[in-house]
Amino acid sequence: MAEFVPHPELPPPASSVGVVGWLRRNLFSGWLNSLLTVAALYLVVTALPPLLNWAFFSADFVGENRDACDSGGACWVFVNARFSTFMYGFYPAAQAWRVDLIFGTLLLLMSPLFFKGFRYKLQLGGFILFVYPWIAFGLMHGGLLGLPVVETAKWGGLSLTLLLAAVGCIAALPLGVLLALGRRSTNMPVVQTMCVVFIEFWRGVPLITVLFMSSVMLPLFLPEGVSFDKLLRALIGITLFQSAYMAEVVRGGLQAIPKGQYEAADALGLGYWRKMGLIVLPQALKIVIPGIVNTFIALFKDTTLVIIVGLLEILGMVQNALNDPNWLGFSTEGYVFTAFVFWIFCFSMSRYSQWLERKLHTGHKR
Amino acid sequence: MAEPAPDLTRPARPSRLTDPKFRALVFQILATLTVVAFLVYIVHNTLTNMEQRGISTGFGFLDRTAGFAILQSLIPYSETSTYGRTFVVGLLNTILVSALGVVCATIIGFVVGVLRLSSNWLIKKIATAYIETFRNIPLLLQIFFWYFAIGFNLPGPRQSIAIGESVFLNNRGLYVPAPVFGEGFGWTLAAIAVAIVAVLVLAHWARRRFELTGQSFHTVYVSLAILLGLPLLVFVATGAPLSWDMPALQGFNFRGGLTVIPELFALTLALSIYTAAFIAETVRSGIQSVSHGQTEAASALGLRQSWTLRLVIIPQAMRVIIPPLTSQYLNLTKNSSLAPAIGYPDLVAVFAGTTLNQTGQAVEIIAITMAVYLTLSLVISLFMNWYNKRMALKER
Amino acid sequence: MKLKRISLLAVAVAGVVAAGSATAGATFDAVKKKGFVQCGVSTGLPGFSVSDDKGNWKGIDVDACRAVAAALFGDASKVKYTPLNAKERFTALQSGEIDMLPRNTTWTYTRDTSLGLNFAGVNYYDGQGFLISKKLGVKSAKELSGAAICIQAGTTTELNLADYFRANKMEYTAITYDSSDETIKGFEAGRCDVLTSDQSQLYALRIKLQKPDDAVVLPEVISKEPLGPVVRQGDDEWFNLVRWSLFAQINAEELGVTSANVDEKSKSTDPNVQRLLGGEGVKGEFLGVGDKWAYNIIKQVGNYGEMFERNVGQGSPLKIERGLNALWNKGGIQYAPPIR
Repeated sequence: MAEFVPHPELPPPASSVGVVGWLRRNLFSGWLNSLLTVAALYLVVTALPPLLNWAFFSADFVGENRDACDSGGACWVFVNARFSTFMYGFYPAAQAWRVDLIFGTLLLLMSPLFFKGFRYKLQLGGFILFVYPWIAFGLMHGGLLGLPVVETAKWGGLSLTLLLAAVGCIAALPLGVLLALGRRSTNMPVVQTMCVVFIEFWRGVPLITVLFMSSVMLPLFLPEGVSFDKLLRALIGITLFQSAYMAEVVRGGLQAIPKGQYEAADALGLGYWRKMGLIVLPQALKIVIPGIVNTFIALFKDTTLVIIVGLLEILGMVQNALNDPNWLGFSTEGYVFTAFVFWIFCFSMSRYSQWLERKLHTGHKR
Repeated sequence: MAEPAPDLTRPARPSRLTDPKFRALVFQILATLTVVAFLVYIVHNTLTNMEQRGISTGFGFLDRTAGFAILQSLIPYSETSTYGRTFVVGLLNTILVSALGVVCATIIGFVVGVLRLSSNWLIKKIATAYIETFRNIPLLLQIFFWYFAIGFNLPGPRQSIAIGESVFLNNRGLYVPAPVFGEGFGWTLAAIAVAIVAVLVLAHWARRRFELTGQSFHTVYVSLAILLGLPLLVFVATGAPLSWDMPALQGFNFRGGLTVIPELFALTLALSIYTAAFIAETVRSGIQSVSHGQTEAASALGLRQSWTLRLVIIPQAMRVIIPPLTSQYLNLTKNSSLAPAIGYPDLVAVFAGTTLNQTGQAVEIIAITMAVYLTLSLVISLFMNWYNKRMALKER
Repeated sequence: MKLKRISLLAVAVAGVVAAGSATAGATFDAVKKKGFVQCGVSTGLPGFSVSDDKGNWKGIDVDACRAVAAALFGDASKVKYTPLNAKERFTALQSGEIDMLPRNTTWTYTRDTSLGLNFAGVNYYDGQGFLISKKLGVKSAKELSGAAICIQAGTTTELNLADYFRANKMEYTAITYDSSDETIKGFEAGRCDVLTSDQSQLYALRIKLQKPDDAVVLPEVISKEPLGPVVRQGDDEWFNLVRWSLFAQINAEELGVTSANVDEKSKSTDPNVQRLLGGEGVKGEFLGVGDKWAYNIIKQVGNYGEMFERNVGQGSPLKIERGLNALWNKGGIQYAPPIR
């Protein structure tokens, strides 16, 4: 009897492996999918090359004035020429190093937070949140240590955008925590109602009206003889607005803490503030860090609205530059550049928040 | 002298200061007093300031003649109308753009959200690119872009893009024929109403029958037939009392017909594209939240794929989707207040803008404007809460 | 409670808190105390108030504030500017955010009486006109029926336009933008056929077009637009200072005193010139300022004619004729009460 000799193993059909297999699985798995793929390909092929051509290949990057833009593509010379106003606003060029220093130091300070082995994260975070803003303000405004004073009216561009978003967020955090605690304090119905009303009020009105109110009506609310700087008024409006959103995020974290934690704290005989400060909030705030980053992103995008009250952040500076008779007609370039700047910031922050979410989630899987 | 030994058998009476209830009460009274005092302080300051500076107060201005024109109005409005009417015009324009935005954003958002989960690699990547691009760019910038960079590059009225001599597109807007209702059109309207009622009754009956007997009844085609057939019959029977007002180029511009102004178009487009990116993410996470076991169980029961989607996945996903969807609708409504940036005559532009400037009564006008947005938010929340309750898991 | 916390915090930021200026009758003192004039200007209107890329402001409205600063402090540079759009300008003045508002603002009955404001004078006599593309071949505003018209929100122009078209039984579509920059963008892109605004603004906006020569200003002037600096009601001292700073400039032009010859002229024997420059007779203390107040204005800002030519006239890209703004004895209506 002949010994059974199996046929040698055949390789998988050529249509299910390699490039072809990948294509079949991912692009042409059925008639509908094939149709969609073809349509999408058509879209990409018709839209992408002219776009790339406009933005890069036939664009002009260097030059002095609009005469340098003659190749038919985008005129990045415009952005190049106005770059410093987009970044610093009307901040005096000789003092621009102060802005660089502030944001450079901030980056340096923040970098250890991303490393796993770093021990003093809490202390460093606290320093960045509560001490550094004052130092940064002193440096930006000047008047100390022989630094010349730079009026807030001269602040502008991207540095103002970052400042508004950062200060708005940091100032809103403690307020938001208090509001969230108030909203959860069922044994004090009056305080609870007040917090609910406050939160829902600010969440229900558009930021435009808030800014308008803080900009032109705040002085009417104050007694005679007191009036604030325009930037500070906008910041007050933004902070109040942001605190309501922050409160809702923090509330979500408070709700996620198991009841046993509260009861355990009660059983230990801790009072309300100790219970919250030592047991509940540290856990809750840790959970909501991604949520806070998300509200920060939202606020960061919303800072563009301060144009309404005459503060020139980056979009305002771009619009201002578009009115320069020497650079008329480059609105697309201006808007695309601004969009790109915002996109870089928002995209990286949202990626960071997603990463954090995954990292922090591990401890709470049940 | 020895102190009397404390009586250990009876628990010491707790001090009032450590009684949580008492402390809560004191704290609440203090908080109330502070807030009331603060409000009184603000109101007092405002009143004194306004009186001293001779600023007129009160709501009498609402009856005065406005005297300016508004680009788009859903109700009859002329320069002789009152400021009160400008308020209504602005409000209706806000509601219009928000409603259009909500509908478009929902459609785009659901489609992109589903495409994001598609097994087609290219489609998935394009959907992801859409979401990541548009939600990371400020809305105001997107509005500017659609209006200034795209809308302004359309041809002028004399070089309009024409579709069949009745629809025209140019940089002044989209012109379409407007229906003119003749005498007796009321009968057709009545027929439409009757048809709608009939379809509702039919749907109710079909559901009852399905629940009682398990026999399903295809309501879709019958409903369509009733909805289209009955009004059409009546319309023809009454002698087709409808004509069309065609847009035509006269002098500077097209006249006649209906105009969709570019401001409305750009604002709706920007609002829906921006919000759709968020809705798509919501939809994706909603669908992903339904465990795969549900799909498998459904196919084990022999349900077709379309039924699985309709009866198993979507109802469960909706429960996760609705709450964040509500807040997206709220955001869209509030974001419509960016309209003045491109000159769309919404509430903020017409009322909190021009009217405020002509009358100078900032406090009253801003208060009314804020109240309107609060009310709109409240109405949307209430509606969505009601819908959410309807969709919520009914545990027995 | 929380609000208070924030405002307390805000007060603590000492460097930023500016001394207020809200009290009736106290604007003058407050301005003097804080050491600068807070001046409300436009967000950018060539000739009237516009900032360069360093944030330096220029224009006829800017000079109105500089003149006041020169009179009060002897230094025309002691001014801080708040750019405002048409919508927020009155609220900003009412609320005390700014001390004076020379923001090409038309003097009208309603504004003067019901807003709690006072107009201190007229630094530019203007009238509303129309800017239109040459291609359309329109020669008169009467041919504009059916046109789409770009206009700036919150201005008297909006009301005049409605009146004019109603009176002439013509139709129009108004496209209302927030800022004058947007109106010119809309005009350039063809969103509207016509741009309407004060004539001076039309000339200013026209140079923002890529091809300024393709657009013409129609001859019709459909309204009176006296533009001038505005102050809050209730502080007559401040009102007087703003008003007489302007009058001093007009008188200086009439007397032939310019920034170049003011030192020489102060030795002049003409009693009118002597009174203007603080040599004899009248005292600066009536205005609450030093005797050299008018001298400082003319030395640092110039007389009315110089100011006009430099900002909007032949010395500027706008090249607007003096027209109504010539002195009363030279065919115009600029006329100031005498200083005596």
